[in-house]
Formats: sequence, C-alpha cells, structure tokens
Amino acid sequence: MSDPIISFQGVNKRFGQVTAVDNASFDIQRGEFFSLLGPSGCGKTTLLRMVAGFEVPSEGEIMIDGQPMSATPPNHRPVNMVFQNYAIFPHLDVRNNIAFGMRKAGLTRAELDKRIDEVLELIKLPGYGGRGADELSGGQRQRVALARALIKQPKVLLLDEPLGALDKKLREQMQIELRQLQQQIGITFLFVTHDQEEALTLSDRIAVMSEGAVMEIASPGQLYESPGSPFVADFIGSMNFFEGEVLSSTDNAMTVETGALGTVSVTNSDAQMVSGQKAWVAIRPEKMQPVFSDPGDLANTAGGTMGPSAYLGDRSHFYVHLPQREDPVLVALQNLERSMTQLHKPNQPVWLQWASDAVVVLPRD
Amino acid sequence: MNANRPWWRPDGFAVYAIIYLTFIYLPVLFLPLFSFNKSKYIAFPLKGFTLQWYQKMINTPDLLEALMNSVKVGITVAILSTMFGLLAAKAVTRYRIPGRGAVMGFIMVPLVIPGIILAISLLILITQLDIPLSLWTVGFAHMLLCTPFAMLVLISRMEGFDRSLEEAALDLGENAWMTFWRVTFPIVLPGIIASLLLTFTISFDEFVLAFFLTSTDPTLPIYIWSSLRFPLKLPPVLALGATIFVLSFIVVSFAEWIRRRGVKLESSSGI
Repeated sequence: MSDPIISFQGVNKRFGQVTAVDNASFDIQRGEFFSLLGPSGCGKTTLLRMVAGFEVPSEGEIMIDGQPMSATPPNHRPVNMVFQNYAIFPHLDVRNNIAFGMRKAGLTRAELDKRIDEVLELIKLPGYGGRGADELSGGQRQRVALARALIKQPKVLLLDEPLGALDKKLREQMQIELRQLQQQIGITFLFVTHDQEEALTLSDRIAVMSEGAVMEIASPGQLYESPGSPFVADFIGSMNFFEGEVLSSTDNAMTVETGALGTVSVTNSDAQMVSGQKAWVAIRPEKMQPVFSDPGDLANTAGGTMGPSAYLGDRSHFYVHLPQREDPVLVALQNLERSMTQLHKPNQPVWLQWASDAVVVLPRD
Repeated sequence: MNANRPWWRPDGFAVYAIIYLTFIYLPVLFLPLFSFNKSKYIAFPLKGFTLQWYQKMINTPDLLEALMNSVKVGITVAILSTMFGLLAAKAVTRYRIPGRGAVMGFIMVPLVIPGIILAISLLILITQLDIPLSLWTVGFAHMLLCTPFAMLVLISRMEGFDRSLEEAALDLGENAWMTFWRVTFPIVLPGIIASLLLTFTISFDEFVLAFFLTSTDPTLPIYIWSSLRFPLKLPPVLALGATIFVLSFIVVSFAEWIRRRGVKLESSSGI
C-alpha cells in the first residue's frame, strides 16, 4: 500500500472566490476501483479534471505513478478519460474514433487494426468498426468512449459520470460490465458519480465529498454500516437519527440515553466516546423490525403508533410515530411473502425492535 | 396547401407565396431573358433569340478585367476575413477574455455604420496616410465589412459544438494545433464554407466602398454602373449577369447541401 498510483497532496482549487476543492490529500492504490461521490457542485468533477490536466490546482500537487503532474499538459499525462457525454467525434466512424489517440503509437496499419479489433471485442461491439457516430445508441457510445481510452493503455482511467445518461436498466447492466472489465484488465479506475447506489455497487473504495472537502474515504460496506460522521451517515442510504447523551462507555459497549428510544445499549461501535458526551444514535430503516404485540420490558425496543406507509414492490416503508419525537421513524421491511393486502392499519400500536450491534453512535456538537 | 382544393382555386397562403416569389424572381429573370434578345435596346417586344451578347461578353477585355478584379479581391477577402473570423470566434467561444463584450461590439460596428460613411472615413484616412488607392485598398475596406459577418457565422458554429470534443482530443494525446486540425476544423468546416461564400458574395457585389477606394481598376459593380451610361455596352453585361446568376445558384445549392450535412452530423453528436 506504499506505492500509490495517484497521490493528492494538499490540492486546492479556487475559481475566483469559490473554493471548488479544499485541501484534498489522499492516495489511490494500483488496480483500485475508486469513486468520488458527492452531490453536484461538491468538487468531484473538478478533482477529476485536475487529474486529467484540464484544470490546474491553485495549490498542492498531484502525483501520478510517482511523477508530479503540475507541469504536464493533458496530452502528456498517462491517464485517459471517458467524458460525461462520451465526446464521440461526430465526423469519424467507430474505428477511427478508437484509433484517434494511436497516431503516435508507432504501429503499422495491420497492428493497429488488430488492436482495434481486440478492444472492439473487449467492449462487446465486434463488427461495429464501420458504424458512424450517429448510428450508435447511448450504451454503444459509452462503450466506444471506453474503447477509445482503453486502447491507449492508461495507468488510470478517469470516468466522469459515464452512466448518467443511460436509462435505469441499461445503467445497471453497464455497472456490472464496467466492474468486470476493470477486474479483467486491472487498470485503476477513478470514477465520479453523484449516485450513491452506483458508487456502492462498483467501488473498492469511495471518497465522499461535500462542498469541496473530502469527508471520508472507506469501502462501501464501511461507509454504509459504520459511517464516520453524521453527514456521511445521512448521505449514504437512509438513516434515522436520535439525539442522545452517552451514559456509560467501555471498550466496545456503550449505553446512550435518548428521549425517543429510551436507554439504548450499543455493542460493536467504533466511536471513541466518553460518558456525558452528546451523541447521535443512528439506526438504518431496515435494521428496525416492527412488532405488533407488546414485547414487554425488553431492551432495545420502543413503542409508538403506525403512520403512513409506502409499498415499493420488493419492500415496504413504514413511518412510525414515537411519543417523544416529532419526525416519524422510517422502517423498511422486505416483502418476503406474496401478499396483496395491506397488513397494517394507520394508528395501530406498534413496537420497534433492533439489535444492539445495529446501532451507530456518532458525536453530536 | 389543402390537398383537396383544386389547383385553380388556391388558398390565401398559396396566393401569397406565388405573389412573393414573383416579386422576388421576376425582375431577376429579365436578366437572362434580355441577354438572349436580338436587340441593343433593353425593351419589349423581344426581337428574337441570339447568343451574340455572350460572344461579345467574352470579347470585351474591360469587362473581363473588371470581373477578374472582383474575383481576385473577393477570394482574397473571403479567405482572410474567414481566417480572422475563425480566430476571433475561437477566442470568443473558448477563452475568458476581459472586456469581451466591448471587443465584440467594436468588431461588429462596421455592420451598422452606413457604407457611405465608412467609405468617406476610409478615403480620408487612406489619403492622409499617403497610401495610393488600388484594389488593395478596396480589399482592405471589404475585409473590414466582411470580418464581422464571418465572425457571426463561425461563432454560431463554434458555440454549437461540444467543447469536450476538443478536450477528448487533448486527452488522447494531441496538442492544441493537431486538435484544431483533427477535430475543430472538420467539425466547423461547413461554417467555414458558409463564411467563405458569404464574404465572397459581399465583397463581389459591394459598390460604395469599391467606388470610393479604387483608382483605375474597376471592380465588376463599378464597371456595370459605368456601362449604364452607354447603352451599347449594356447587353454583354446582361449576359455576364445571367451567367453569374446561374453560377451563384449552383454554388448556393452546393453550400446549402454542405450545411445540411453538417447539421445532420452535429445533431448526431448528441445522445
């Protein structure tokens, strides 16, 4: 892990008064599928464009494969980019689009043709070489953009929201193909997206960004199950937050007093917190079970009444009102059985139950 | 037009269209008509068919020289003003230039200054600078007039195409110069052709500036204007006019065909 392919070292980017990227310092390892995730305007695309060389950092340095890049123009960097709208050259056919960057590669016509056929095979468009840019669907354009970059054998492939323009089904299919492709060829992918589900599906590691700053870098599982800050917990997936205060804390167990949920006992928490500290207790909607008979004095339960619900096919969402809480609590339930009748009535009494290791505790200012 | 309506009872729009086309094209059609007329005088009734005016046109050195003058000035002006227009369009659409609005405004001013005013001011300037009047001074004045037109055509073309195409070319290893030749130029080519044709046409039939700023070498409009005073010189001019009319019809149709191909290419670059 000591020899990163990309290293951001105190990278800042300002446009006039606006800070687009604020002191980014982190490494991307060789062969990683690394995603920059954040809402639009968070600086993720600016960071990507700085790696490509289209923007120059105001401060700091970007190292690619150990070489500082600030004096290297885009056409001399060992990275290639798949653009958001694919940027397929409209005046060239597929074959010439793919061959575009190979002019200086020193290949004979026959060698080049062979390479192009190989990448056409790789992106599953064999025989499409003669097609014009206007004869391709969105998914095919995306593949051609990939092929055009991959034939250059870059050290890092940069992808700027490449699936954003595709419809849902095609996007999911391309996600799987992209992941397989990356594992097959072993090139580092640096992927920009605002779609958290996409980032979770594809990435080895994700950097969550907000307002120019990198909030947290972790694996998808870690980000979802053990987020490091309330922002990340809220941004990735849905989360129920409860205000509380730590009552007692040992190495890996805690009790937290919350108004709405009563006294919550927590195990398996990473947070280093001391008793008396203000805290957020956070529980994912699918990690709370609704129970329709009084569980009695059991720990980690809370009683309330049923609010509105939403049927989503594979699962249902319930909103549960708790006596000491204004906002209803979101509960997600897998629809494991086939049933078309609504089982739960509004205003019915309901108890929420959760495991003590399902609870995330985060510091609250 | 309503398909069920008999042709002898056209609706209002059809009548309007017919009147409009007649108004535009009838006067122009007199040119070829009288160029084949066997009479020195441009008047009805027609006297009979002849090709003698075309023959005479070919045998009038003054006329051909004026034509060549106009062609020479036109081609030079078209190429130079399109080149300047292209550079300006690239600068305006691709870079953040301080005072862009003011710069654009100043470049566009010749479009709205009355030609006669421009002509007089240029004449004063050029004589003050002791530069002899010639086709060069005409060409210079025409460039002043044509560059804004070239810019307008090329800016709209440059704005229409996706900037990430140029970035993609850079990203794939080409420098700025090769990016221009391999990506920008082929994509704006229809605009360049349109600009060349437009600026050539403007220069070719421009009268006021040429009249003020030329010395002994007349351009074609000036030659035609001076021929009006001599009825005998006029019929070959009609023949020339008819020839130019047919040629420009062919050129414009070709340009339009190119432009449509360009639009088709461009619309396909979206998703």
